[in-house]
Amino acid sequence: MKRVYAREEICGGCKLCEVHCAVAHSQYPHDIIKAFLKQETKPIARILVEEGRPISFALQCRHCEDAPCTKACITGAMQKDPVTGIVTNDETRCVGCWTCILVCPFGAIKRDESEHKVASKCDLCATVGGTPVCVQNCPNDALVFTDELWRR
Amino acid sequence: MHYVIVGNSAAAIGAVEGIRSVDPNGRITLFSDEPYHTYSRPLISYYLFGKVTEDKMYYRPLDFYERQGVEARLGTKVSSLMLEEKMVVLESGERVSYDRLILATGGKPILPPMPGRELEGVSSFLKWEDVKGLEKTLFPGARTLVIGAGLIGLKAAEALVKRGAQVTVVELANRVLSAILDESAAAMVQESLEEHGVRFFLENTVAEILGTEGKVSGVRLQDGTVRECDRVVIAIGVSPNTNLAKDTELMLNRGVLVDEFMQTSVAGIYAAGDVAEGYDILYRQKRVLPILPNAYKQGFTAGVNVAGGSQSYRGGFAMNSIGFFDLPMITAGIVKPEGDEFTVMLAADKARRLYKKMVLREGKIVGFIALNQIDRAGILTGLMDKEVDVTPFQDDLLREDFGYVYFPKEYRQQQLLKGVLEGEPS
Amino acid sequence: MTISMSTPDFLIERDRDRCIKCQVCVRQCANEAHFWDEEEQKVKANDALCVNCHRCVTYCPTHALTIRKYPLEFRENANWTASTIKAIYRQAETGGILLTGMGNDRPYPIFWDHLLLNASQVTNPSIDPLREPMELKTFLGRKPDQLKVEDGHLVEKIPPQLELEVPIMFSAMSYGSISLNAIKSLAAAAERVGIMYNTGEGGLHKDLYKYGKNTIVQVASGRFGVHPEYLQAGAAIEIKIGQGAKPGIGGHLPGEKVGLEVSQTRMIPEGTDAISPAPHHDIYSIEDLSQLIYSLKEATQYQKPVSVKIAAVHNIAAIASGIARAGADIIAIDGFRGGTGAAPLRTRDNVGIPIELALAAVDSRLREEGIRNQVSLVVGGSIRNSADVVKAIALGADAVYIATAALVAIGCHLCQKCNTGKCNWGIATQNPQLVKRLNPEIGAERAANLIMAWEHEIKELLGGMGINAVESLRGNRLMLRGVGLSDRELNILGVLPAGE
Repeated sequence: MKRVYAREEICGGCKLCEVHCAVAHSQYPHDIIKAFLKQETKPIARILVEEGRPISFALQCRHCEDAPCTKACITGAMQKDPVTGIVTNDETRCVGCWTCILVCPFGAIKRDESEHKVASKCDLCATVGGTPVCVQNCPNDALVFTDELWRR
Repeated sequence: MHYVIVGNSAAAIGAVEGIRSVDPNGRITLFSDEPYHTYSRPLISYYLFGKVTEDKMYYRPLDFYERQGVEARLGTKVSSLMLEEKMVVLESGERVSYDRLILATGGKPILPPMPGRELEGVSSFLKWEDVKGLEKTLFPGARTLVIGAGLIGLKAAEALVKRGAQVTVVELANRVLSAILDESAAAMVQESLEEHGVRFFLENTVAEILGTEGKVSGVRLQDGTVRECDRVVIAIGVSPNTNLAKDTELMLNRGVLVDEFMQTSVAGIYAAGDVAEGYDILYRQKRVLPILPNAYKQGFTAGVNVAGGSQSYRGGFAMNSIGFFDLPMITAGIVKPEGDEFTVMLAADKARRLYKKMVLREGKIVGFIALNQIDRAGILTGLMDKEVDVTPFQDDLLREDFGYVYFPKEYRQQQLLKGVLEGEPS
Repeated sequence: MTISMSTPDFLIERDRDRCIKCQVCVRQCANEAHFWDEEEQKVKANDALCVNCHRCVTYCPTHALTIRKYPLEFRENANWTASTIKAIYRQAETGGILLTGMGNDRPYPIFWDHLLLNASQVTNPSIDPLREPMELKTFLGRKPDQLKVEDGHLVEKIPPQLELEVPIMFSAMSYGSISLNAIKSLAAAAERVGIMYNTGEGGLHKDLYKYGKNTIVQVASGRFGVHPEYLQAGAAIEIKIGQGAKPGIGGHLPGEKVGLEVSQTRMIPEGTDAISPAPHHDIYSIEDLSQLIYSLKEATQYQKPVSVKIAAVHNIAAIASGIARAGADIIAIDGFRGGTGAAPLRTRDNVGIPIELALAAVDSRLREEGIRNQVSLVVGGSIRNSADVVKAIALGADAVYIATAALVAIGCHLCQKCNTGKCNWGIATQNPQLVKRLNPEIGAERAANLIMAWEHEIKELLGGMGINAVESLRGNRLMLRGVGLSDRELNILGVLPAGE
């Protein structure tokens, strides 16, 4: 399946991916200023830029083949779509027990405690379709959305 | 092929999904002594204080059995097994034959032989029924005594406080959550719970439940103190529900012994979940691991193998994510090591109730406690699961921003770029 | 400590109605002009640190930022300008030479802007480059005095030539002065569009050998990174005598920019200053230069053209004549507006002469002496657009060198702080955190796009003049007319005034 891959050798650590991810998953997905300034709670990005000078790279849900979060989820909210392979969390069923955080080997699930506690994670912008916003907005092409093999 | 599954919780559902990943057509019959559509046991405390409504209790959508082609015989108790004949015997006397059998009967509460257990107002805290019963009779200010300060006991205590009850917890050990926390972390958790009104009696237990007119009126503790109360919740622990396996040729220890394919000592019979005793990769021995992720994985593995696939589950280890009020914690593996082979690293901030403890053995993480700061703790359990030598970045483990950036580049890229560097099984 | 009299050059304006506190600006500013005030939960700025490189402005996702000239006024004075006064304050504080980057920014005349091109009307047809073939291919190197043909075949032995698809090359910028990613961008672009880039005095990084056929390897006064494989690796060799931005002085790459890879490439110890002397210590005459030219030809079996690069200075014509006679195949002349990674401000702004005049003088002189065919002329030092290229060729150049324009294409904003090593665009820096900001794939695409765009424009301009091959424009000064120039200037340029 197509996933988002980070190229750490050219990631500038600007975190624009985080900004645009947060907006895309906010109450104002098409208005960045309102998303940050009007929404009561700060929108949460589902992508995380790890930084250790000088390297940096963005990391988000890897949509594992054998996704441990779907197996550990106590409510059945975390599911992997058998067709698209996308792992999504049904936030209406999630109770915020953080068992998914316990088992996610990538640390790619965040706590969203803005309303009722829910696990917040990358959905590959599936609801919008097309290329995820993090990839679209990376100013240095450091994020790639692909299912192709890279030759080393 | 006729698969019979006894049980209806995580391991049983895992087994169904495991079977269906290999065999889309085989006949599956599932028995549950409870009358409910599959629901999530860990949600009962959320149900009690109203965070989860009845329709959200279900572990899978209501059309799950139908879509998976499962004949679910709910409220139907299996009373015994006839292994020779490959049959299960139902409470009604009906016999159902099977080709393959999966035991996913879960656990049962440990009920110590204390006087007064049968009194009205005494309950355990394991099944939906338990909290449904409690919910109906609970009134604001109800003096409730919880026996046991383990995961279940404290989750019950939290829910009861949120429902307006006055809660007292009695625990035999010297600290709360003794299975998953050390003394320092336990003290912080206890303090936090006390701030929310929970009272604790540690290194003590209930000797007798007192009653008048068949109803609970109080308890007499081991040290002689008598405390009045209206409700008693017994949450001492859970043991494998091996009732069916007992008196058969299935090999038992605490639970039903299984191999890495989840097969029991009898060919064609599998067991998974809290009833099974599989391998603990940290303790390096067979152990019952009564946690949901383990149950599902074992169930799924059993399902795959029972249906002719081949998948091994080399084992798990204890790990928990739990929280009380606004204090979350994640712990895994060996948290209170004894012996020279362990290295312990600590970072604590009492004021902020932050506590991080890392236990290493032979350069590998074998346990940790993360209190309050739980974000990305799965990276640690992942390292434990893969038995990664963490020596190159050992000093970074306690960092608040610990992550892949601290991994050696090669390992990091191998993990993060797996799909594009190596491809994936289609 | 006494109070500093330095005042900010720029003012950072933040529209609070648009600022979402994402702190992208904080993370992107290597000068730390933006910072996050944790207590007030606000992004703030220290104007004094701003160099107006537009990194934050470009990256701000809500366009909340504007940079203005700092509004503080000095008493109006046509002689003692604010920049003159501020320079004195700085020197009074530091006691040091003022350093700067990029090219001369003073308002000297720009002769390109006083030259206008011809176009065909009625009496000779113009050519539409979209319909008809148009040849820009250029060969640089010594051309034989005559061509011998036998039985319809050329029998004359042609000296080695550099082949360019477009008469434009990326001029010398060393690894050290600019980042490896910047060089990779230019090298890959050169390969894509069939031109050359130039190593400068930085040696050839191991990752760049694959671009050999598009590489001019430079030999300069410090001889950094020069070894037999290096000389063999390129398509041509260039001896650097001088640079337009700092004629008469050498170079200095501070030790902090000499990391492991730079040190290996330059063959000097890590962390040591790389000092290129002002002169080549083995060249004190045209004869000495000739020796080096022929040493390099010997070392490469006479298979590669050798170029000599000089800064445009007062008697450039005589110097160029000497260089041609010394055996150079190409003479590269760098005008006084040429850029640099670091130069003393006063040198940059006051030494050398305009490339337009230097070019015209050299071309005329070589023609007069009958040796124009012995060398190709390449000019640089602020070629800003395709029209400048066309004018340069009409004045007599065989090709042009561009560097500032190429860097602008890959992100440079001409903030003139190359010497600080804090280039926010990942170009003039060796800080790995900044270098990675320049994705060489994007850089290559942008630089290649620039050349392709200019190529189209050059063809349009040629077509308009009724010319279908750049060869027919070379030295064709009749295609130029001057406006606003003195008779003497017109004379030197060899150009008629507009209207004649």
